[in-house]
Amino acid sequence: MTNRNFVLLCLTPLLVFSLAFLALPLVRLFLASGEGSSGWAVYLDILRKPRYLNTLVLTVLVSLATTFAALAVSTTAGLFLLRNQFRGRGVLLSVLTLPLAFPGVVIGFLIILLGGRQGLVNQLTPGHVVFAYSVVGLFLGYLYFSIPRVLLTVMAAAEKLDPALEEAARTMGASPYRVVIDVIIPGLMPSLIASGAIAFATAMGAFGTAFTLATDIDVIPMVIYTEFTLSANIAMAAALSIVLGLVTWVLLLIARNLSGTTVAAGG
Amino acid sequence: MTLSLTNTAKTFPDGTRALLPTDLKVEQGEIVSLLGPSGCGKTTLLRIIAGLETPNDGSEIWFDDDNVTSLSVERRKVGMVFQSYALFPNMSVRANIGYGLKMQKLPAKEIEARVTEVLEMCQLQEFSARSITALSGGQRQRVALARAIAPRPRLLLLDEPLSALDAALREALRDELAVLLRTFDITAIFVTHDQDEAMAIADRVAVMSGGLVVQSGTPEDLYRKPNSAFVAGFVGNAMRLEGRCEGARFYLDGGTLTLPSDGSDRDVFVRAEDVALQAGGSLEGRVETVTFLGTHYRIGLSDIMPGLLTSTYAGQNAPRVGETVRAEIKPEALMLLPKSAQSA
Amino acid sequence: MADMFKSKAKILQLTVTLLACAFLLVPTILSVMAGLTVNYFKGISSGLTLKWVFQVWELYADSIFLSIWLALACLVVTLIIGLPAAYGLARHPGWLSRLLEEFISLPLAVPGLALALALLQLYGSMKGFRTSWTFILVGHVLYTLPFMVRSILAVLASMDLKTLEEGAASLGASPFQRFRDIVVPNAMPGILAGSLTVVTLSLGEFNLTWMLHTPYLKTLPVGLADSYASMRLEIASAYTLVFFIIIVPLLMAMQWASARAQRIAQ
Repeated sequence: MTNRNFVLLCLTPLLVFSLAFLALPLVRLFLASGEGSSGWAVYLDILRKPRYLNTLVLTVLVSLATTFAALAVSTTAGLFLLRNQFRGRGVLLSVLTLPLAFPGVVIGFLIILLGGRQGLVNQLTPGHVVFAYSVVGLFLGYLYFSIPRVLLTVMAAAEKLDPALEEAARTMGASPYRVVIDVIIPGLMPSLIASGAIAFATAMGAFGTAFTLATDIDVIPMVIYTEFTLSANIAMAAALSIVLGLVTWVLLLIARNLSGTTVAAGG
Repeated sequence: MTLSLTNTAKTFPDGTRALLPTDLKVEQGEIVSLLGPSGCGKTTLLRIIAGLETPNDGSEIWFDDDNVTSLSVERRKVGMVFQSYALFPNMSVRANIGYGLKMQKLPAKEIEARVTEVLEMCQLQEFSARSITALSGGQRQRVALARAIAPRPRLLLLDEPLSALDAALREALRDELAVLLRTFDITAIFVTHDQDEAMAIADRVAVMSGGLVVQSGTPEDLYRKPNSAFVAGFVGNAMRLEGRCEGARFYLDGGTLTLPSDGSDRDVFVRAEDVALQAGGSLEGRVETVTFLGTHYRIGLSDIMPGLLTSTYAGQNAPRVGETVRAEIKPEALMLLPKSAQSA
Repeated sequence: MADMFKSKAKILQLTVTLLACAFLLVPTILSVMAGLTVNYFKGISSGLTLKWVFQVWELYADSIFLSIWLALACLVVTLIIGLPAAYGLARHPGWLSRLLEEFISLPLAVPGLALALALLQLYGSMKGFRTSWTFILVGHVLYTLPFMVRSILAVLASMDLKTLEEGAASLGASPFQRFRDIVVPNAMPGILAGSLTVVTLSLGEFNLTWMLHTPYLKTLPVGLADSYASMRLEIASAYTLVFFIIIVPLLMAMQWASARAQRIAQ
């Protein structure tokens, strides 16, 4: 067998698998989206019908809030852990990165333990504060999910930042605050945008967390789920899936081109 | 084994003609060097002989009486030493050397014995259990050589085998390699861009340029009787004399030389060591540069021709810059070569 | 002044870091505690017990075994498909390979829910396949395969694979022997990191699985969602604890192996 044939043989299982279980199903999904009562106008319905439009707006808002909160928290913590050597630093780092592969359902449950009816906050405060099943709970769940991802991306980028730039700014009399604004943040910008895109895309598509917490909140993954299972509105479920998939795919493509890494999405 | 190539050429898919139709014959036990600047086609030729590149249709490669042109590399039974050595990082020194024997499905005992033998030949016994990453550059070079010869290949091919080493080590290993290759008593072809290396190791040197073998011969032949300005310049840095020829007389600004034969339509070349500074010489010039090189001086003379004429001086009291000196070139040291496009 | 600011800034940074750690750690501890206390509402004072863990075992042992079985099957399939594919992609770097790599990476970006819908649309009517565990396996392979391929590809891309193979070929090795003797052993760090990632992700996969599973085939995370919705908090917590005990060592091994593979790839 020639070398070329051997290499082609090596790629064959992958080609067969991804054709059968990725390419064809996605084509089928796309076709299914146009088979409903409104035909291809189903994509317009997403913007025309208040139920879907509100869902879209709410999902984007929660995802944006998650993105900015995760960026703020993770950049601060990441830079702090990178610049300071102290006892327990490794432990803190592990705590912040270990939840990386916790499934969204589990994170949803952890938020219930914090803010549910039997949750910690409700036990500690007299006012009976239950937030787990509200938008706040959903936001916290997404945040929990995003902190490790953003942290790893930002720390990897910050490690590559040339310390000489910072020292040069110092020699020219820049205060530590100015150094952050003028040197560190601009240097980290590509990875901040990248990890922001990852956080946003993950929050947009997060199903597990929403499944546990958002029984009464309309976010896109939940609406897809209910359209499919309860209303049997397969066309709308398919159309929303296609739109959601396109948005998250484009965002992660941008992220990867900016940072060269992809941290697992999902959830 | 005798290697013969006929009409062998290679055009890459992008249209680059790396090798023009070439004939080459290498006799049993001969060590041949392919010498030339980068991009001359020497590595392509070596890779075609190895079976790593497919030559154009019409090419023919014979190992003795076998036509191997369409035989893939793993069936050609050639040993190859790569420029980067290509040692397998997942195997020990011993496993690397034994790999070719394992591919021949020899019994474990015989592999063991043959590897031990080769380890001794290459003085690698003490490193046999080491990992490749724990070796120095020179040791890696020896392991690569040992690995290539262990399966007793019909032909040994070496692609710039010393170029990954630093200058001092390169010179030491050059002589070692020359000795080792003769101990193996194997037909070998090695590619290099370094004329000293080619001359030190090879029985015969094939000088390549622009995808062609321009001249092939013993190191002495190439040095004394180059057939072109390119070979004269590449092997031993000959200089072209800039003057005017009338029959066997050659007129320079600084004097007149006698040519060994009629020099019309020819370029005249000379090597620096053949330009002797001596009283009563037929050329007169001014000393422009004096460079001390340890065993001798290199002297640059002006006023003899438009550029500087380089001479060597081995005595104690070198002339000083600005002095006027006389120089002589014997007729037999003058090389008359076909006019090349550049000099016309 | 600068020092004052610096120390203030440091205190602020430390506070944010500690708060973030607390946010991630406290609920995890709560869940462990809840799974081990007799009555979580009354608190630790009600006593510690393993009875919830045993109940979880009685209720969900099948789910746990199914998940472990799926994870191992997923590992085997991703190795069979991913290892040769990574090699093929590494040997033929070009726009076509880039495109293929990009395409098989779609499941990283497209939400699992959408992929599950797509699979259901096409194969939902094939009853024998739809109701078998292999249907869930397809979903898991789809999701984990890009991790396997990329992990191996990163290691392969960092070495001079072409020359190493030419070296082996000149010694008489056939394409398959080169793959077995040179490619696979040298790709080991990537294979190890990829394998741990695949097993960890498969064990925790919920998004696709929830859509693809049947009442008779519940994986560990599906069982978790089930227990969160219908069981008392102690059992849900005990089940989460069991999940942590399985997943956390794997996670740590995965992070160690990935860091090692990345070092080698650089």
